[in-house]
Amino acid sequence: MSALDPQLSGGLAVPGADSVVTLPAVQPGGGADSRLPARRVRLIRSAAWQNRLAVVGLAILVLLTLFCFVGPLIYHTDQVSANLALENLAPSAAHPLGTSAQGRDELGRLMLGGQSTLEVGFAVAIVATLFGMVWGAIAGYVGGFVDAVMMRVVDAVLAIPFLFFIVLLAEILRPNLIVIVISITAVSWLSTARLVRGEVLSLRTREYVAASKSFGARHWYVIFRHLTPNVLGVVAVNATLKMADAILAYAGMAFLGLSIPPPATSWGDMLTNGINQYYNGYWWQLWPAAVAIVLIVLSVNLVGDGLHDMVERRLERH
Amino acid sequence: MTGYLVRRLLQAVVVMLIVSVIVFILLHALPGGLVRAQLGPKASTFQVHQLEVTEGLLKPLPVQYLIWLVNLLKGNLGFSYHYNQTVASLLTRYVPRTLLLAGISTVLAIGIAIPMGIWQGFRRNRVDDHVLSATMLILYAMPAYLLGIIGIIVLSLDFPLFPSTATNYGAGFGTDVAVLILPIGTLMLGNITYYSRYMRSSVIDNLLEDYVRTARAVGNAPRRVLLNHVLRNSMSSTMTMIGLTLPYVLSGALIIEELFNFPGVGLLFWNATQTRDYPVLLGVVLIVTLAVVVGSLIADLGYALLDPRVRYVRS
Repeated sequence: MSALDPQLSGGLAVPGADSVVTLPAVQPGGGADSRLPARRVRLIRSAAWQNRLAVVGLAILVLLTLFCFVGPLIYHTDQVSANLALENLAPSAAHPLGTSAQGRDELGRLMLGGQSTLEVGFAVAIVATLFGMVWGAIAGYVGGFVDAVMMRVVDAVLAIPFLFFIVLLAEILRPNLIVIVISITAVSWLSTARLVRGEVLSLRTREYVAASKSFGARHWYVIFRHLTPNVLGVVAVNATLKMADAILAYAGMAFLGLSIPPPATSWGDMLTNGINQYYNGYWWQLWPAAVAIVLIVLSVNLVGDGLHDMVERRLERH
Repeated sequence: MTGYLVRRLLQAVVVMLIVSVIVFILLHALPGGLVRAQLGPKASTFQVHQLEVTEGLLKPLPVQYLIWLVNLLKGNLGFSYHYNQTVASLLTRYVPRTLLLAGISTVLAIGIAIPMGIWQGFRRNRVDDHVLSATMLILYAMPAYLLGIIGIIVLSLDFPLFPSTATNYGAGFGTDVAVLILPIGTLMLGNITYYSRYMRSSVIDNLLEDYVRTARAVGNAPRRVLLNHVLRNSMSSTMTMIGLTLPYVLSGALIIEELFNFPGVGLLFWNATQTRDYPVLLGVVLIVTLAVVVGSLIADLGYALLDPRVRYVRS
């Protein structure tokens, strides 16, 4: 574990450290700020040690990402053409995880499916977080009637069981990777919006914001220069958990037949096909995809939980 | 309490109105329009125009919305050309089954997750807590249908105890208990992972509060403090959380019903996506949302009853 520690804690620190580092800058005259970079590194390192599970999660996440995106460069397979002579072969030296019903190598397929799965996960986490932050920041900052309307919209979309909404959107727009990302994003930005609005409401009455306004700062400047950096920690936690939920939602969509058309695939598609094929005795078409999904969601959740603990501890030190 | 109740009811009505606007916009964003969806791509321009006139689709959108809303309030959700009956009659048949499925699994999940969360909170960071936490994390990382398929493989194929499909369900709860076990069990396990994690951290937070120390200091036994003080405080916040997870429960039901062929509103919805039966799709979205709104209303009222502070602060 200690061998992993310095390298991985550097990676872990990024979202948390960003928000910490910006604090002195956005708090002109915010009091005696004695936390120096060296001390911060020590804090982060000890935080990583306290969050060993998160470090393990991050390691799994990095390894799976490498497996999916770098793996195909090393392990070449034909994932486009079907080869019926090779259909449903059990695992062997030539095909470590066997072959699919179309005779495609399952290990290569796992890499390909992981690409779209991870792309959806990352894209939804980023887009939904940005959109939710802007929405929540505006609602919380402007307040009054605008706030009431904006937050009732959030309540309303939140009340629609998300999978029904996603399926309806994807059905109307017809699924491809971008539509899938848009559909899942449409239900994923809500929690960020609520979170950011709440934080902004509590922050906007602080002295440094009032001071900035009294110097003639514009609204947009106050939102993006002062308020946004302060909520980044909580938002980073939320974004991580969002990624896990997005991957699960995408898997659910694939099960309902809303996914990218073959020969492209995702882990959810492989799992769905694997279920049907399991009844024929082709177990190798089910379990690898199942393990992959569980591992990725588990690792992302572990990272999110670890970040959560770090942010909580940071808040407690204030 | 009355003031709080009225405010909360008004809020629910506003939310439903916004949902109706969203659903209406989706209805009009359909590729080729609602008419094409009903008549199919081969319909002539004349047929299209004729249906547009009879359905009032040439009126301005706000007028159409009001007409649609009035129909909705009369219970007229449209007509399914695929099933050749009104959406309302379809829903009255399918919705109760899903409510039964979701309701039983939620109640069971609460009954298991709350004692489990208390136990874990009480025994935090010991071996049994870690084992339970790890199990819950792994279960949480599983797509609902993977959980279901493992259930089928183990309890239906390896040990043929329960049927793997619920296709013929419909006679009634009493006669079909065996059929319901796997779908309910799968949905329940999914819920337990949410609830127990929340309950555990809620109990731990409460155990660190001053009132616990005071209660211990005046001589109450740990068990008594846990059951008399901590339980009530943790329960009230968990109630809200359960209200918030209702959309997840119903989303889970969509997957579970498709996996087990359980003839509920989720399967109806899924079949409607296959036949592009738009009135059914939209009717289902409205009714499941209504279920969520009513459910969270009940959860909030339960919260207010459990915790008097809510009534005073919010009203």
